[in-house]
Amino acid sequence: MKFTKLLASLALSMSVVGVAYSDLVIPSLDYRTGPYAPNGIHFADGYADYFTLLNERDGGIGGVPIRFLPCETAYNTEKGVECYESTKGEGSLVYQPLSTGITYQLIPKATADGIPIHSMGYGRTSAANGRVFSHVFNYPGTYWDAASIIVKHILDQEGGDLNGKTIALVYHNSAYGKEPIRTLEKLSEKHGYTLTLIAVDHPGQEQKSQWLQIRRERPDYVMMWGWGVMNQVAIQEASNIRFPMENFIGVWWSASENDVIPIGQGAHGYKAIAMHGVGDDYPIYDDMRKYVLDAGKAAGDGSNLGKILYNRGLYAAMLASEAIRTAQALSGVADISSEQMRDGMEALSIDEARLAELGLPDFGPPIQVTCENHGGPGLGAIQQWDANTQSWSLITDFTGADREVVDALIAEDSAAFAAENNITPRDC
Amino acid sequence: MTPDFLNTIEVILNGLMTGVMYSLVALGFVLIFKASGIFNYAQGVMALFAALTLVGFQTGQIPFAHLVNQIFGTQVHHWGSGMNNLIAILLTILVMILFAWLVEKLVLQHLVNQEPIILFMATIGLAFFMEGVGDLMWGADLKTLDVGIPSGGSFWWEDVTRTWVSEGYEYYGMYIDLLDVWAAGIAVLLVTILTLFSQYTKTGRALRAVADDHQAALTVGISLRSIWVIVWSIAGVVALVAGIMWGSKSGVQFSLSLIALKALPVLILGGFTSIPGAIIGGLIIGVGEKLFEFWVGPLIGGATENWFAYVLALFFLMFRPQGLFGERIIERV
Repeated sequence: MKFTKLLASLALSMSVVGVAYSDLVIPSLDYRTGPYAPNGIHFADGYADYFTLLNERDGGIGGVPIRFLPCETAYNTEKGVECYESTKGEGSLVYQPLSTGITYQLIPKATADGIPIHSMGYGRTSAANGRVFSHVFNYPGTYWDAASIIVKHILDQEGGDLNGKTIALVYHNSAYGKEPIRTLEKLSEKHGYTLTLIAVDHPGQEQKSQWLQIRRERPDYVMMWGWGVMNQVAIQEASNIRFPMENFIGVWWSASENDVIPIGQGAHGYKAIAMHGVGDDYPIYDDMRKYVLDAGKAAGDGSNLGKILYNRGLYAAMLASEAIRTAQALSGVADISSEQMRDGMEALSIDEARLAELGLPDFGPPIQVTCENHGGPGLGAIQQWDANTQSWSLITDFTGADREVVDALIAEDSAAFAAENNITPRDC
Repeated sequence: MTPDFLNTIEVILNGLMTGVMYSLVALGFVLIFKASGIFNYAQGVMALFAALTLVGFQTGQIPFAHLVNQIFGTQVHHWGSGMNNLIAILLTILVMILFAWLVEKLVLQHLVNQEPIILFMATIGLAFFMEGVGDLMWGADLKTLDVGIPSGGSFWWEDVTRTWVSEGYEYYGMYIDLLDVWAAGIAVLLVTILTLFSQYTKTGRALRAVADDHQAALTVGISLRSIWVIVWSIAGVVALVAGIMWGSKSGVQFSLSLIALKALPVLILGGFTSIPGAIIGGLIIGVGEKLFEFWVGPLIGGATENWFAYVLALFFLMFRPQGLFGERIIERV
């Protein structure tokens, strides 16, 4: 009898504990160590601080507190998968793998486990096709959108005609770096420019050959798909050979302060594509300072606030939290599951008014995600570095990619993936 | 001369300069291997740690600030505006000497007479430990390193070489990075100092004696432990020089430790026990990989340098297994 009572009270206490600990679990696959740590720290700080802000200011989302689960990957694919495996059982709602390599590994796993992945502006581009990739999202834009928007910018610079022009792509010799090649090849057929491909091996600490080639061949524009030390070395070498910086344009992962500050004045004028706003001149930063930084709850020392990759982490967290709100509204449940989170991500809609309400007016373009389109609006702006003021500024409005080219490539690639993996595309 | 010919010379010249940068890293490996038979896996991390420490002193960063703040709830990060380059370099050298002493005291002393593979494994552990300590001590964020060494293409050299082209051709002149020229000068100076030190000082002769025969050196009263501290200190200073040169190019960040990978083919080619071998090996690897990338790279998709350096080193190994300048190992049965 006593034993039965004990069991009953234990079960009751466990259920009470269960209720008391109901929360929204957000794992964070950080990399604060390893060769890519300088970039990983900024993103991780922004991602963590936004959720801390929601907990401190609003008591979580929809009245449910957020439980943040950081896990160090060191940008290593095996460690990233380990992090996924060790945290998925905690009730994780969404994974931001923060690495194309980890994303590729997690696509089948997370899909089988019913947990959505948000590879924001990275990962497998054709995951934008929601009919094939039910649990993978890459809004607000993909690599192919980025490549197309950069070419559009170059078209604007050249008065709409690229015939006879040469564009060189300096890329990280990896799956990530090779992503834009097909798009750029298609666009070169359409616009008549010559594409030169220049690979740089990991980590990219030594790029003398590549930049001597650029110096000899004198392309009109250079695009960069780099990460980590490759970015700094490339911008340094470009400056050394006196390549015109305004004709050097990086993807949004070659676009942080880390990439340009070490080069000093030589980086002045360097451009990159942006998926969101720059700087800290947004109302949300007042709250961030009040509730997070001044309260001593910031993930870092606060010196990264407003930096590009901090903003990106914050943006990713904002998109996740808005998807949680959407999921809560759709399901009528505050303490949502990962499948409900997926539904929320698929129905995500953020307009300009909502961005302003969140303290991020004009921070990014409006976002509308659908069952068919997990890639979002696919918009980007061009940002430019001013070495005198040590700041980035957006020099164009957010503009769209060449949908005719990009959508065809997405359809082709996702169809191939579906065929390889015996996936029957969903009806949307 | 045709532009193609001049371009080839430019590639060779830049290959030589890059080779010097590789040699700077390889030198540290050679010094330790020569004196103690240890292949020091941690040499790349030592370059990173030295560069981190230098920037930390330059910028007035408080070591272990993050840890201190966590424990005491403080918000301290810097103790002032930093110090000038010379003092910062001298203090960093002192830190590297302290590091050498600690390595001897805490690691090597306990592994005397162990198999080389055990010592090698110990240096792997040391590398990971140092990386962690470096992170904890100075943080993992990107740091700008500027010790006043000029960088960028030389206008003078461009102007001079522009006139070398035959009439009727368009040519922009030859490119050479001033930082690489400085690195070459510093490498020459370093090797000269090391040679003079080993030839004309008592400690230098003791180092050579230990390198030649540990047992014989011990019997004439040379302290192996002191020699190890000295050798690791010198390797620490060489690591600092390599860290400064590479860090000036890309900023100081944790990927800097990966430059050790570029030193391995240099060591295979030049031999693990020869200082001139490290220099000549570096030059051959530098020129070889650059020429291959220039001639063959465009035909096979580029990015050949990482693997071709090893192919080149292995090719030399077929003819001289001990490396170009390595000591021939003769084992009698």
